[in-house]
Amino acid sequence: MDIFIQQIINGLVLGSIYALVALGYTMVYGILGLINFAHGEVVMIGALTALTAIGLLVPSGLPGPVVVLGGLLIAIPVCMAVGFSIERIAYRPLRNAPRLAPLITAIGVSIVLQQLAMMGWGRNYHTFPAILPTTPHQVFGAAITDLQILIVVTAAVLMAALLWLITRTRLGRAMRATSENPAVARLMGVDVDRVIAFTFVLGSALAAVAGVMVAANYSIAHYAMGFMLGLKAFTAAVLGGIGNVGGAMLGGLLLGIIESLGAGYIGDLTGGFLGSHYQDVFAFFVLILVLVFRPSGLMGEKVAERA
Amino acid sequence: MTLPFPSRPLPALLVLSACLLAACGEQSDTAPSAAPGGGLPAMDAPLIVRLGHVAPLTGPQAHLGKDNENGARLAIDDLNAEGFQIGDKPARFELLGEDDQADPRQGTTVAQKLADSRVNAVIGHLNSGTTIPASRIYHDAGIVQVSPSATNPQYTRQGYAGAFRVFADDVQQGGALGAFAMKNLNARRIAIIDDRTAYGQGLADEFEKAAKAAGAEIVTREYTTDKATDFASILTKVKSTSADLLFYGGMDTQAGPMARQLKTLNLGIPMLFGDGGCTVEFHKLAGEGAEGHYCSLPGVPLEKMAGGTAFRDRYKAKFNTDIQLYAPYAYDAVRVVAEAMKKAGSTDRMKFLPELEQINYPGLTAQIAFDEKGDIKNGAVTLYQAKAGAWSPLETMGGDATP
Repeated sequence: MDIFIQQIINGLVLGSIYALVALGYTMVYGILGLINFAHGEVVMIGALTALTAIGLLVPSGLPGPVVVLGGLLIAIPVCMAVGFSIERIAYRPLRNAPRLAPLITAIGVSIVLQQLAMMGWGRNYHTFPAILPTTPHQVFGAAITDLQILIVVTAAVLMAALLWLITRTRLGRAMRATSENPAVARLMGVDVDRVIAFTFVLGSALAAVAGVMVAANYSIAHYAMGFMLGLKAFTAAVLGGIGNVGGAMLGGLLLGIIESLGAGYIGDLTGGFLGSHYQDVFAFFVLILVLVFRPSGLMGEKVAERA
Repeated sequence: MTLPFPSRPLPALLVLSACLLAACGEQSDTAPSAAPGGGLPAMDAPLIVRLGHVAPLTGPQAHLGKDNENGARLAIDDLNAEGFQIGDKPARFELLGEDDQADPRQGTTVAQKLADSRVNAVIGHLNSGTTIPASRIYHDAGIVQVSPSATNPQYTRQGYAGAFRVFADDVQQGGALGAFAMKNLNARRIAIIDDRTAYGQGLADEFEKAAKAAGAEIVTREYTTDKATDFASILTKVKSTSADLLFYGGMDTQAGPMARQLKTLNLGIPMLFGDGGCTVEFHKLAGEGAEGHYCSLPGVPLEKMAGGTAFRDRYKAKFNTDIQLYAPYAYDAVRVVAEAMKKAGSTDRMKFLPELEQINYPGLTAQIAFDEKGDIKNGAVTLYQAKAGAWSPLETMGGDATP
């Protein structure tokens, strides 16, 4: 039983990170009806920027959590700027172009960002300095570290704040209006361009937080890390119902738990025929199942007309 | 969908072309000065020996690939500085460095490229997974290949006359690891994880054989990939088996984070792994989780090699970085090929291959002689333990040629 609880904890930590990244995909999709494939690279830039900042802050002798917070506070504005630029350069000029065009530019931006990161940060793995306590707590026989608790709690708080922003604020109402019908929203006095730019910036800020979480939890970051993470988060967004903010959160957490349990038990379930290296396959297996049986996702909306 | 755009070998090409340009520059400087001493005019032109070198220069194992290339480059610079002669002709060695990204497909592509450019010999590749498919291309093209680090036994068991390695293979290493696990660590219940590469899987299989033969029980066999960073699920599975030792077949980029996650899961069992994890980088990646784990490395510790510390200092002075792992072996791989060419008095494969087969060369890492398969004779294997952020040698098994 304690092993099962441990796998659920592993899945929750992983899922919280997926959920934060998935939010970025789903918000952009909700508003523009486009997949921002460069989003995974924003996570990567967040992680590497934070690591660089943390590397500079460590010699100051400040306590570990303060240093990490400092790295985060530098990574967030950098990612926001990157997100803003992506929208300006790759999406806004193509606002009225056929849908395929912005998809291709997104892929182009993804390559450019990855190559720039490779030139700036090199090809090596960057390691997260050992400044956070790694001694685990015992919960029902399972181990969880302070950092992992912090990751799950931070993700939950950010997601709650995002929901509040979307449902309770003026800006949120503008976002929902733009999502429903940009043309009418514009007629009603909503500055659609600003709302779209804000959506990118907001998603990128969440990506920065997710990037720092990945780097801190797995202790490494490198220029190519955004690709797989982005695909997984995209899968999570589709699983929950792309365009639906609540769905992205649910999808992220579910995907994390599915992967964790899958990798933990597949060997036993298939009598050793399939091994735990199929961990990554689970995500995409789930993606295929969802697309076949419930194309709109678990909490999905009217996807057919937008996609 | 985006593709996993692996960075193209463009930077490597740029570096390469820069090196070639530099070499050409040097050549024109040295050629006139060699002329007065050279005597006969026909012998003035230096004999150009082009050696290909292949290792991953991008991706997770770039630090190891660069290390190999630096080792080979140091050897080539030494040979050129020594005024090395082949058949009474001054030889000028050139290195064609290629990047295989540790990817078998890319490995065959660059192998074909080197074969097409008719290099005199190839040093590499780094990984078994790339070395084995590439060896077929070199064999078909009649190019001698010496790998400084590929340990999968299959590499030299394909019947290719020109395939050599200067490193103990997985049968030797897996056997030593198995014996060590039983004898020194008293392991009875062993969990095995491998990364499903030719190297990781091969070493894990050899270890499993040796450990089973010695009476240990393999309680679980789990798998990951050579790009994974999350091991929480499989380590939790290992935890459920109450294993007393975790063996990992794979590289440092997984072994390091795995050691760290072992600690966060409160799983206090030692890890044991082969040469792929036995690097300086492991300590960085594992952080405080590194302490107490074990690894093996074919060969003897650098400090015990004749001229090992001098080599380390020269390497550091030249490249301004520490040796990661295989650099001394890459150095020896180049030297032993050069030696065979010198003995044969020719860079023609038909002439120097028989010399290479019978060579007995006092290398940096060991006395180098090959058996009929092309494996190094009497390869030693040393076991290390992580202590205070460094690998500290415990004991060396096999290898009688050590000084």
